[in-house]
Amino acid sequence: MAGPGSDLPDHPDWLWRNPEPKRSYDVIVIGAGGHGLATAYYLAKNHGITNVAVLERGWLAGGNMARNTTIIRSNYLWDESAGIYEHALKLWEGLEEDLDYPILFSQRGVVNLAHSLQDVRDSVRRVEANRLNGVDAEWLDPQQVKEVCPIVNVSPDVRYPVLGGTYQPRAGIAKHDYVAWGFARAADALGVDLIQHCEVTGLDIAGGRITGVQTTRGRIAAGKVAMAAAGHSSVVARMAGIDLPVQSHPLQALVSELLEPVHPTVVMSNAVHVYVSQAHKGELVMGAGIDSYNGYGQRGAFHIIERQMSAALELFPAFARAHVLRTWGGIVDVTPDASPIVGLTPVDELYVNCGWGTGGFKATPGVGWCYAHTIAHGEPHPLNAPFSLDRFTTGALVDEHGAAAVAH
Amino acid sequence: MMLIPCPWCGPREEAEFHYGGQAHVSYPADPAALSDADWARYLFFRDNPKGPFAERWNHSASCRRWFNVIRDTVTNEILAVYPAGQPKPVIA
Repeated sequence: MAGPGSDLPDHPDWLWRNPEPKRSYDVIVIGAGGHGLATAYYLAKNHGITNVAVLERGWLAGGNMARNTTIIRSNYLWDESAGIYEHALKLWEGLEEDLDYPILFSQRGVVNLAHSLQDVRDSVRRVEANRLNGVDAEWLDPQQVKEVCPIVNVSPDVRYPVLGGTYQPRAGIAKHDYVAWGFARAADALGVDLIQHCEVTGLDIAGGRITGVQTTRGRIAAGKVAMAAAGHSSVVARMAGIDLPVQSHPLQALVSELLEPVHPTVVMSNAVHVYVSQAHKGELVMGAGIDSYNGYGQRGAFHIIERQMSAALELFPAFARAHVLRTWGGIVDVTPDASPIVGLTPVDELYVNCGWGTGGFKATPGVGWCYAHTIAHGEPHPLNAPFSLDRFTTGALVDEHGAAAVAH
Repeated sequence: MMLIPCPWCGPREEAEFHYGGQAHVSYPADPAALSDADWARYLFFRDNPKGPFAERWNHSASCRRWFNVIRDTVTNEILAVYPAGQPKPVIA
């Protein structure tokens, strides 16, 4: 006899196992966001290190990986940044095939608008720097901006008129959840244990070397431990007695209801604090600047949203009848030079990846690749060597406030 | 949005204020004597606790005065407000 629900289809296959934690691993990654999952995947794939656990206090990819605006680009100013972000973009270009999983990667281009003479000078300089580094970049005058994105208001009669913009045609967006699931599925298939609802509460150190972690599900021994905790990096590093030069801030974003396709690219404006694209489903996706104060609450203030909306409306008058469907916040870890920290720590075999601030999503495959190399070899990959923790003592900062700033 | 109690003007909405980061960070008495590591700590490292945090706010849209607040960075609950220059109150 058929019971209730017997006519419903079977549950689809799970994309990964949900194993119990083992007593010990060669490598433990703290944080199952995009960076942690990509790191575990490349540890297994590139370095043959498969006795790996990724520990997650909440659910898989439920932090910033679920909250970002999915923008992918590599048009940063300095050589160091171009190196790691362009490496990431090249990996994005082959990621669907590599993971054998759809991630809706769409190279629809990114326009970064300039609204003042100084913006124009900085933008043209950045275009030239990008080209010297092999990163595709063009300078667009206002009419060319209009050709790339017809709904942008390029009238001179607005408070902050569009004086032009930089354009990276290879940039774009991807479906953030699918990216996380693709990496999780592929890492799991290579033997990595993804362990959700397992919060790290302590780091065990003996003789200056990490030996394991304390968790809400007991102690787990480890040969190496790699932090990938984004907004909570300060909290985790503190367990090892390490202070990080990062400050955690709320960062908000929002979506509209589903609309007809009107926005063919991604438009970002540092000066008026908004960045906009249209998701595959049809929502307009808009990001704001960070809330000014330190916060771990995963929410921000509404006046930030109001300012972001007023900026968006001046740039895109067509949005006047759109509605905000929902807003949300994540916690971003911001460094003094707007560049990340990826590398060694004062504790042997304890590694740090943090400080990606408002822009970590775009780096996901690139940082996973380089961080896995760093962990496997005990020394930084050449592409993340400039992003060491000790650059704040040596003074070798990588100042990306111009290319990152609010719209990372 | 937070309602922040300015010691001089009373409770006002957050948009009237400017944030000043961690409180009680004093300029080094003898900067030239600092090592590179100590100078880096003064310049680039600030506390980033999840929980109560002593921080500075400026009431920039009104009396323009600086003051200190202890705020829980998870709940945004304001636990103490006190003038700049006074020692940090003990929070139970």
